Amino acid sequence: MTQTPAGPHDFAEAPAGGLAVGEAPLGEPGEEVAAPSGTAIIGRSPGQLAWIRLKRDRVALVSGIVLLIMFVLAIAAPLISKLYGSNATDQHSDLLDTSGYPLGYLGGISGSHWLGLEPQLGRDVLMQLIYGMRTSLVIAFVSAIITVAVGIIIGIIAGYAGGIVDSVLNWIIDLVLAFPFFIFCLAAIPVVTDAVYGSRGDVSALFRVGLIIAVFACFSWTYPARLVRGQVLSLREREFVEAARAAGAGMGHILFRQLLPNIWAPILVVFSLNVPSFITGEAALSFLNIGVVEPTPDLGRMINNGTSFLQTDPFYTMVSGATILILVLAFNLFGDSVRDALDPKSSR
Amino acid sequence: MARYLIRRVLLAVLTMFAVSVLTFLLFFAVPTSPAYVMCGKQCDAHAIAQTEQRLGLDKPIVTQYGEFMKGIVAGRTYGTGDLAVRCDAPCLGFSFRTNEPVTDIIKRTLPVTVSVVVGALIIQLVLGVGLGMISALRRGTAFDKAAVGVSLVGASMQIYFFGPILLLVFVYTLHWLPNPAYTSPFDDPVKWFTQMILPWVTLGFLNSAIYARLSRAQMLETLSEDFVRTARAKGLPKRKVYARHALRAAITPIVTIAGLDLGGALGGAVITETVFGVNGLGRTSVNAVNDLNLPVVMGTVLLAAFFIICMNIIVDVLYSVIDPRVRLS
Repeated sequence: MTQTPAGPHDFAEAPAGGLAVGEAPLGEPGEEVAAPSGTAIIGRSPGQLAWIRLKRDRVALVSGIVLLIMFVLAIAAPLISKLYGSNATDQHSDLLDTSGYPLGYLGGISGSHWLGLEPQLGRDVLMQLIYGMRTSLVIAFVSAIITVAVGIIIGIIAGYAGGIVDSVLNWIIDLVLAFPFFIFCLAAIPVVTDAVYGSRGDVSALFRVGLIIAVFACFSWTYPARLVRGQVLSLREREFVEAARAAGAGMGHILFRQLLPNIWAPILVVFSLNVPSFITGEAALSFLNIGVVEPTPDLGRMINNGTSFLQTDPFYTMVSGATILILVLAFNLFGDSVRDALDPKSSR
Repeated sequence: MARYLIRRVLLAVLTMFAVSVLTFLLFFAVPTSPAYVMCGKQCDAHAIAQTEQRLGLDKPIVTQYGEFMKGIVAGRTYGTGDLAVRCDAPCLGFSFRTNEPVTDIIKRTLPVTVSVVVGALIIQLVLGVGLGMISALRRGTAFDKAAVGVSLVGASMQIYFFGPILLLVFVYTLHWLPNPAYTSPFDDPVKWFTQMILPWVTLGFLNSAIYARLSRAQMLETLSEDFVRTARAKGLPKRKVYARHALRAAITPIVTIAGLDLGGALGGAVITETVFGVNGLGRTSVNAVNDLNLPVVMGTVLLAAFFIICMNIIVDVLYSVIDPRVRLS
């Protein structure tokens, strides 16, 4: 093995200098070839290795940049609105014709309204998209963080405690999985809103957003919980846990300091899958008029509004639909790349 | 096998019970009186009290739940004396809006949803598994790359975007297809087919993306296994190896996913039916939700949960039939 010319992959098998460094030299291939085998191999942590693999992935780069642009747009929405000259709720009815359709071509594209205007209400489409993305991203990220956090805690407890605790938690997971997730979200949101607000009407946007997040979290923690439980089951018998226990470490220390750092990779993958699925879930709810309420801008509701003008002003639906598609596609591609980077052996 | 089935069914009954209790608590513990929702603003307090009494809403929640469950199993009678209304088993109550029995509403709308879902399932299985298998066998070719690309985009595409695009192109612009609606296939099969094709293609194509990715990965994994090489080495023709040996091993997880998908299909049907304005169970339940028409919502949720639980059992049993290595215990 040592006689073979130094290709980048051969380093992995050659324990140069007695240092078994996993896949460390997968780093920069050009650099490896240029450097003679005499140079010391740098030890890298699994996290660093994953980062290096991710950086070399072109799909990850493109989708990452797209996501970054969308994040910046969403975060800086108020600033952009100021620079751009109109916000998401202003109604430019002077730019609509008598039947409420935007004047001009392609939904009323003009220098001051780059993506045109919403039919009937005359709101600026670009600003609606940017603010709508903000709504989507906030709901998706908060839901995903809560989902994963609850899943981790329950999964770790079920896996580590075993016995009756494990059985009970497992049954609860089975029970939640038996609920028709989407139908139940659909049914629960208006009913709970009604229970809280009664016939008073005026539902606060914050309450509705919080409710959507709560419902998503209630029904989605099961998957990360199962995953973490499985991982913990196999890890808890390992020597390092035993060592920690022998050294007198408390339960909390073993669970969150010893076990948790070893299962970050699958958790990250679940997180990256959850975010786009919550974006589409939220948009679907809003499409059915059950999600975020007016006047909070929302992508799903934009499509829903647009479908009534599909024959007369299709541009409105197409723009909002395309935005969701790009957002979800970028998340899915990036998620795939993250998974590949964390687990290079997996073949999609 | 029999013991396994009995245990699974018992567990399923227990789960169904828990689902029904939770759903019932959520829907009937709301402060807004369903009686108020039912008769609207013109009702005075007396009329509301009367309606509540007729529906049994003045009784404690446990009694109400008991009566609801009894209604499903044995039927029940609402009200007393002259006002009594008989509701035969399986009784899920009456719609708050139209007073139609919920069971009748489900009977009327379920065939529509079954039409949509089954048609889409056929498309997604044939297209998805077919694409996945072919691209696995021709790994690295232009076909494979195109199929992977299409399935990537398809997996991120949404019904509520793809549906309007198809509507715009095929119905509004090209006028090739009529506006989607439901006609019973027993009355006019041609009309049924032409009206249903857009919902099928929308739901089926988008779902097929997931199947294509999954079956491609499964097939690739199977093709690299020893038994495939052995089959080739002993001189079996390629086609036989792929069709008999590899396909069977690769298809097992796909059957599982398809079964579970079918169980949860109502979720997808809700959006598809809303996009195309087809009056199936999904669209009915969305309308019911927006109206706070609780008996209809409750009926739909219970039916959907029932489907999911049943499909879970069927999938597990089917799994052991297709894959003899899986033992049920």
